[in-house]
Formats: sequence, structure tokens, C-alpha cells
Amino acid sequence: MVELALFALMAVAALVGAVAVVVARNPVYSAMGLLATLLAVAVLYVVQLAHLVAAVQIIVYAGAVLTLFLFVIMMIGVDQAVDGEELIPYQRPLVGLVAAVIVLFTAALTFAGDFDWVPTSPGVLPEATSGRVEVVARPLFTEWVLAFEATALLLTIAAAGAIALAHYRRRPR
Amino acid sequence: MIVEPGWYMALAAALFLIGSLGMLLRRNALVMFMCIELMLNAVNLTLIAAGRALNDLNGQVAVFFILVVAAAEVVVGLAIIVSVFRLRATDSVDALSELKG
Repeated sequence: MVELALFALMAVAALVGAVAVVVARNPVYSAMGLLATLLAVAVLYVVQLAHLVAAVQIIVYAGAVLTLFLFVIMMIGVDQAVDGEELIPYQRPLVGLVAAVIVLFTAALTFAGDFDWVPTSPGVLPEATSGRVEVVARPLFTEWVLAFEATALLLTIAAAGAIALAHYRRRPR
Repeated sequence: MIVEPGWYMALAAALFLIGSLGMLLRRNALVMFMCIELMLNAVNLTLIAAGRALNDLNGQVAVFFILVVAAAEVVVGLAIIVSVFRLRATDSVDALSELKG
């Protein structure tokens, strides 16, 4: 029941965010839509017991990748000047309210010490597919260690390539 | 009423469709890039749902690798967009037609 409710809510959020990415005229709004979709998909990962993947999704995607996107959008320049005007009435109090609810909810969860609020389906082995760090890390560092090293190499090459591209200057003729 | 794995796959298919539509419709390089990320996320969701349905942890391992590769792709892709913007001062892919035969 919890899973059904979460799925319905997050599916709507993900779809709305995805449509916003495509339709929004301002690239900043596209980035915000992408953020909504990424967070909703992260919640769906938690619902499916992929805890580590959900955490990585939030840190890497919603954190690093989206920040990079916003940085480039700001650098290339949004076409229209963004002034201090707020389109939604009472935007700041609303944001404060939502933030307070999130903080209270998280604090209540922490104090209750009850993190198993997503029930596992009966019959499905929770231990095998429960994506806690040690469970996911074992195949990662045994069976797939070569692929792991290859992606590490890829990341190094990508970082070096990005720095090289950023430093590129046209030679004066 | 339980959530079937197929529901997640249907949601992933919808997300992938929206992403590919955006890829085809939009001409802003940054928005097209975001649509690629959308499609990658749809595939990740499919892998997680399949891994759970089949009780196989390798679905999550595959998603882990896709996340890393996507991060590398974003770094290089955004660097290319920035350097193109420095040369041409545009982020529309229609304006970049010098490479055609």
C-alpha cells in the first residue's frame, strides 16, 4: 500500500518534471524539471530497496551533474534578464513551509529509528536484493572489478579531457 | 494491491519517450543534453525494476556503472558545449553546420 502510494506520487512527479524539461523555454526551468525527475526516480529506487543507488543518484546526479548544468547555463547566459520578481505568490513562505515539513519529517524518522517503512513484498528475498552498501559492493569488487577499474580510468580520462578543453585557446596567428 | 515490475517499466518507457521527443524537438544543446540524462534515467529505472523482479543484484551493479559513465559523459559534453559557445557564441545546434559534407 505504501509502495503503491509512493509509486503514484513519484510517477506523477517524474513525468511532470520530464515534460517540464522538454517544454520549458528557459533552460533553468528545464534544469529544475530534470531535478524533479531525478529526485522522484531516486525515491522509486528506495522503494525498490536499491538504497545505495538512490544515494549515489542524489549525490552524483542531483548534486554534481545538475550543478554543472546550472553552472554552464549561467555561464552561457540565460537570454532574458532574471530579476527579483517572483512568479508564484507567497513563494518564500511556501518554500519555508515545505522545508520545515521536510526537516520535521526527517527528524521524526531519525528519532523514531524506524527506517524500514517501505515494506518488502512477501516472497521476495529482501536480503539478496536489498541494495545496502556491503551487498552491492561485494559483486562490484569481485565479479565486476575489471569493469570497475575501467570506469575509474574513464573518469580520469574524462576529467583530463575536460580540463584540456577548458584550457584550449586559439593560437594567435 | 501491489506494484508490479511492469508498472515501473511503463513509467520508464514514458520517461524515455519524453526524453527522445525532447531530443528530437529542441534545438538548444543544453536541453538536448538534459534529455539524454532523462533517457539514461529511464533505462536505470528499468534495470532496477528488472533486478528486483528477477531477484538479481547485478541490475543495481549495472546502474552503478551507468551512473559513472553518465557523469563522465556530462563532464566532457558540457566542456565541448562551452568551447563551442566560445567560438560561435550560440547554443543552438542548428547554427553549427560547418561540418556537413
